[in-house]
Amino acid sequence: MKTVLVACGAGIATSTVVNNAIEELAKENNIKVDLKQIKISEVGAYADSADLLVTTAMTQKEYDFPVINARNFLTGIGMEDTKAQILEELKK
Amino acid sequence: MKDMVFDESIILLDLEADSKEAVLTAMANNLEEKGLIKASYLEAVIEREKEFATGLPTGGVSVAIPHTDVEHVIQKTISVAVLENPVEFGMMGDPDEKVNVQLVFMLAMDKSDSQLSLLQGLMQVFRDEETLKYLVSETDKKKIVDVLKNKLDFTF
Repeated sequence: MKTVLVACGAGIATSTVVNNAIEELAKENNIKVDLKQIKISEVGAYADSADLLVTTAMTQKEYDFPVINARNFLTGIGMEDTKAQILEELKK
Repeated sequence: MKDMVFDESIILLDLEADSKEAVLTAMANNLEEKGLIKASYLEAVIEREKEFATGLPTGGVSVAIPHTDVEHVIQKTISVAVLENPVEFGMMGDPDEKVNVQLVFMLAMDKSDSQLSLLQGLMQVFRDEETLKYLVSETDKKKIVDVLKNKLDFTF
């Protein structure tokens, strides 16, 4: 099972929406996923265990796992592309 | 938990501001006067906006959703400001990109995990260009309150 970090700046507003969207996306595709909703400042603690970071608070830092920008979940523009990108990572 | 405050008193129309800091200050000062947020909210929200910008390039009218940690909030509310002229905000997730924002939703939430349905409703509004255009053109605060109450779930 993939461990996916969902992060926004304060871990309050935007990550809640994104977390829920990924949960639904995984369910629709019968993929089990371990979602962790965190603050972006907490990503480092998961550096060894995470497979993917989906975030609205893009950082300049480099990680060993892929990072996907989740802004499209909020605007709706290009959201299907972002979903496809996430799905691709979940299926790897 | 106290009820959500959402009435004409937290709607600001034709807000004149020349920077995002000025927008955030005007909105936070209004909420503080109403006793909905602590004095510490303003500085916290300005700092957070610098670090994690909240401008969104939504269709037709760009929006921003400034917010900060729950500890600065007394009673939950969403303040809405329609700007007289668009103001530059940083774009969420792309610190180097800017977006000219005309509609600002300042979120003051008192719990971190209880407002999913409200946020989802807000995202539906962001995806609806017609509603965004309506909101920046409407001059009657009461109508704005009614339209948003109808679209958002305040019952959490």
